[in-house]
Amino acid sequence: MYKTSFVRTDMIAPMAPPPSTVGVKGWLHTNLFSTPGNTLLTIVGVMFLLWIVPPLYNFLIGNAVFVADDGAACRIEGAGACWAFIWDRMNFFIYGFYPQDEQWRVNICFALGLALIVPLLWPAAPYKIANAVLFFLVYPVIVLILLRGGSFGLSYVPTESWGGLTVTLIIGLAGIVCSLPLGILLALGRRSELPVIKMLCIAFIELWRAVPLITVLFMASVMLPLFAPQGVTVDKLLRAVIGVTLFEAAYLAEAVRGGLQALPRGQYEAADSLGLNYPKSMGLVILPQALKLTIPGIVNSFISLFKDTSLVSIVGIFDLLNTVQSSQSDLRWGSPHQAVTGYLFAAAVFWVFCFGMSRYSMFMERRLDTGHTR
Amino acid sequence: MPLIHRGHNAWGSQEVNMNKVMLTAVAVALGASAAQAATMDDVKSKGYVVCGVTGGVPGFSAPDASNNWSGLEVDYCKAMAAAIFDDPSKVRYTPLTSTERFAALSSGQVDVLSRTTTWTMSRDTTLGVVFTGTMFYDGQGFMVRKADKIASAKDLSGAAICIESGTTTELNAADFFAANKLEYKPIVFVSQDETVKAFEDGRCDVYTTDSSALAAERSKFAKPEDYAILPEIISKEPLGPAVRAGDDTWMKFSRWVYYAIVNAEELGVTKANVEEMKKSENPEIKRLLGVEGDFGTPLGLDKEWAYKILKHVGNYGDMYEAHVGPKTPIGLERGLNALWKDGGIQYAPPIR
Repeated sequence: MYKTSFVRTDMIAPMAPPPSTVGVKGWLHTNLFSTPGNTLLTIVGVMFLLWIVPPLYNFLIGNAVFVADDGAACRIEGAGACWAFIWDRMNFFIYGFYPQDEQWRVNICFALGLALIVPLLWPAAPYKIANAVLFFLVYPVIVLILLRGGSFGLSYVPTESWGGLTVTLIIGLAGIVCSLPLGILLALGRRSELPVIKMLCIAFIELWRAVPLITVLFMASVMLPLFAPQGVTVDKLLRAVIGVTLFEAAYLAEAVRGGLQALPRGQYEAADSLGLNYPKSMGLVILPQALKLTIPGIVNSFISLFKDTSLVSIVGIFDLLNTVQSSQSDLRWGSPHQAVTGYLFAAAVFWVFCFGMSRYSMFMERRLDTGHTR
Repeated sequence: MPLIHRGHNAWGSQEVNMNKVMLTAVAVALGASAAQAATMDDVKSKGYVVCGVTGGVPGFSAPDASNNWSGLEVDYCKAMAAAIFDDPSKVRYTPLTSTERFAALSSGQVDVLSRTTTWTMSRDTTLGVVFTGTMFYDGQGFMVRKADKIASAKDLSGAAICIESGTTTELNAADFFAANKLEYKPIVFVSQDETVKAFEDGRCDVYTTDSSALAAERSKFAKPEDYAILPEIISKEPLGPAVRAGDDTWMKFSRWVYYAIVNAEELGVTKANVEEMKKSENPEIKRLLGVEGDFGTPLGLDKEWAYKILKHVGNYGDMYEAHVGPKTPIGLERGLNALWKDGGIQYAPPIR
């Protein structure tokens, strides 16, 4: 009786995976054609891309006019986007009607702002408090003195002459910087136990939230001057900034209130039992946690505020969008796609800023994450 | 969308109903403040004229290549500044939308409104403003493709017409076709950009709006020569400057700035030859340029006020040729805007 047993002493070499799961074919199979439904979606998707991409490419790049002396090159049949027009009018889009000899003042403001805001946003940078004081308190004064002029030997430039991206950034930044503290105060006030403060805050928030921003701007630019006494005029740009700020503060207040309510009651009680008074318990215990929770909501409001700045164009302030629109009346560059190119450019600029804010908020969320995910 | 009536397509005729409601309310609120202090003294002490302009209408008021305001209506403001300060740059421009323009004028935010504004009876009588002249006689016209071989608006029976909605343009077109018993198919769009694009893409046979706007839009087309503007003008749109009611000196100054530039053209005094013309023997020219008599003092100016306008800005013809005339991209013939002696209706009372 033979004892025929065979024991392998080494492992069998693994077989090659089924051809349908490896390589390009495998990737295609798992990702694009795994089921009949997915196959259909893939085909539809590819057809959509084939339909949309070539004309888009041709318009934006292929047939686009990048270099030209005037609109004649863009007026030919089949020409795409007229980027040369954007390039030629770039100065207007950035500075508006700001006198060309004085534009260095705007440039200094841009450079100074960048030099202050980058270390402020970069968590590892030192001297945060000094930096914050410089940016929030000193910088606005410097900007005002530099842009407005009329002192230190600088010629006076009225705000009517400010324009373009400069004004968009001024309104956006001023709105963001002023509306956040105001919004936090309103949120705290709304949760206050003092009836007068509570009622005032509720009234303010509900009033401003219920009114469209366009209405606010119209009131500020058309009606206010009629009610004001003769000879008293508040600067139009300032009126718009105040309108945008108050409007956005009401929204921020509600976002922050959401954060305050999401904190467990124990946190409030813990702060109280430590003997902290109201400002300290809010500043040291409650707000840091509440604000962290509401970063997405706050940044959401900031982004919408930044985009809402373009509404000031309807009250005749030359923000970026308005400069783009009014440069369409420049007949030197008149061409069939002049308007479209301008709007694309404005959209791209807004996208860059808003996308930047959104990415930064995600970065901060990850950084401040303490693992207390619910 | 009446509230979002953008500056750059806010042509004189295209007033939106909503504006009227709002402006009537504003006008009621005004009543009392109509009696103003002397604007002329105010302007002199400020050192500049505040001029309400559009957000950008080609040829009338629009930013030029070096970011300065330029155009026919901007030149009018420059003429005012030249007459008062001997310096056309002493103007501060305030861009206004069509909704806020009258309120801005009556509340004193601007000293003069020179903003493609149509002079109509209701505006002149109810808004606390006074129109002081017609810088440009505009009117609604039609643009067609030359290939369609249409020579007159009377041939437009059955045509599809691109119109911007919510404007008097729509009403004017309806009136015109009803009055001439013609069929037409209106295709309505919200904004001027959209309307023009639709016409260019061939979605309609005809595009209608003010004729100055037609000419400006045509210059942007890939092949402007393929399009024709029909001779018929179906509405009256006199565009001119307006000032606050209740200040006669300023109103008369505004009016005579306009008369002076028209008179200068009639007398052949241009920006180029104004220095030689000072030596002219023609008594009318002498009075215009302040060589003889003093016509400025009653307005609070000196006797050379008109000379300063002509020296710095030029006469009406100079302004017209520089901004909307045949040599510009807009390329509008003088037509109605020619002097009365050349077959137009620009006419000014004499200076004497």
